[in-house]
Amino acid sequence: MAGDAVKLLGAWPSPFVMRAQIALNLKSVGYEFLEETLGTKSQLLLQSNPVHKKIPVLIHGDKLVCESLIIVQYIDEVWSSGPGMLPSDLYDRATARFWAAYIDDKWFPSLIGIAKAQDDGAKKAAIEQVSEILAVLEDAFTKCSKGKTFFGGDRVGYLDIAFGCFLGWLRVTEKMNGVELISRSKTPQLAQWAERFCADPAVKDVMPETDKLAEFAKVLFAKFKNPPSQ
Amino acid sequence: MAETLTLLDYWPSMFGMRCRIALREKDIKFEYQEQDLWSKSPLLLEMNPIYKKIPVLIHNGKPICESLIIVEYIDETWKGKAPLLPSDPYERAQARFWADYVDKKIYEGGRNVWSTTGEDQGEAKKEYIERLKVLEGVLGDKPFFGGDSFGFTDIALIPYYSWFYSYEICANFSIEAECPKLISWAKRCMEKESVSESLPDPEKIYMLLLELKKKAGK
Repeated sequence: MAGDAVKLLGAWPSPFVMRAQIALNLKSVGYEFLEETLGTKSQLLLQSNPVHKKIPVLIHGDKLVCESLIIVQYIDEVWSSGPGMLPSDLYDRATARFWAAYIDDKWFPSLIGIAKAQDDGAKKAAIEQVSEILAVLEDAFTKCSKGKTFFGGDRVGYLDIAFGCFLGWLRVTEKMNGVELISRSKTPQLAQWAERFCADPAVKDVMPETDKLAEFAKVLFAKFKNPPSQ
Repeated sequence: MAETLTLLDYWPSMFGMRCRIALREKDIKFEYQEQDLWSKSPLLLEMNPIYKKIPVLIHNGKPICESLIIVEYIDETWKGKAPLLPSDPYERAQARFWADYVDKKIYEGGRNVWSTTGEDQGEAKKEYIERLKVLEGVLGDKPFFGGDSFGFTDIALIPYYSWFYSYEICANFSIEAECPKLISWAKRCMEKESVSESLPDPEKIYMLLLELKKKAGK
């Protein structure tokens, strides 16, 4: 089963797609990347993910797996030789899952909130909220890493992937708004972790360059400010 | 060291029910502690400072939060009996996907049914039935979502059965008429002690809902 062909349906700017890419890279699994054109949904996407119609979709032989964190766990369980991406201690495992869910439920909406803010007051409030969440995550890092390099310990793990995929977008947000969100003064551990994460061999070739992402962001955010009329 | 296991819960919560079912499936003894969500206990605030919500499972003093994460923790910690997730990675991914679907589509869908009126309620009903029909399609002719045995997706969804009566009265429709196979599945689940002991009487839930609506001035 592990030997079947692997394809990943995705798009280069998507942090959720990047989660799957990093997981495949960590396991040294070769895959074909099928790029979706943003703004349109291919027939393959609609057929592979009829429920949510979203990327990423992992196509492994004849099996379809959707939802980025479910894909990451699937990859971890199929290519199971070598160290796992989730902690081996069951309580630490539940903790990693908890924080990954927090990233999706709290962190991601707060980051999007900055782009969606319609005026300066709203923007300031959105930035404040992101900073509060980063303070919580700085604390989570201390607890999860237990003095080691990554959330997962010595190696990039599940929670590193769940959060680290947003670093490109975080840098774009900092640049476009003239703010520092992760910094050595405010979030020293996260600042160091971010550098190490982005330099990791499994990550560096799939993390988009900030400038390229910033150009893409300008086009995308224009759509938020001028949503197409219903 | 004696093992301690406490579940901080609130009797009508579908999320709490999931944890009760999982613990009972595994025959695990636990202490159930009813919480007052309008006056949260220091213990709840200490054990779940991020969300301040139930359910929280406290195992030997350490808290685990978020119902599906609790269920997976229970499954991994007490492996000996009644596996809740399948062993095959693809089937596990499917079980997690559909449990996630229940979280994303069924909770909010149900709330929209009881909390709206008029045209909005009509829309909410239609949407809710469509979503239940998707699940009915996934179930197919299998006895349970996982196949022959009761498992993760079944646990994620069955608590909502105790709320169906309330939705039906509030919005004047029959879920059984629209999704007969799903209701057969639900009744099959209710034959299991772990489920029937964990789900409250639907009438009690309806009485509570009336009280909550009154408080909210609806």
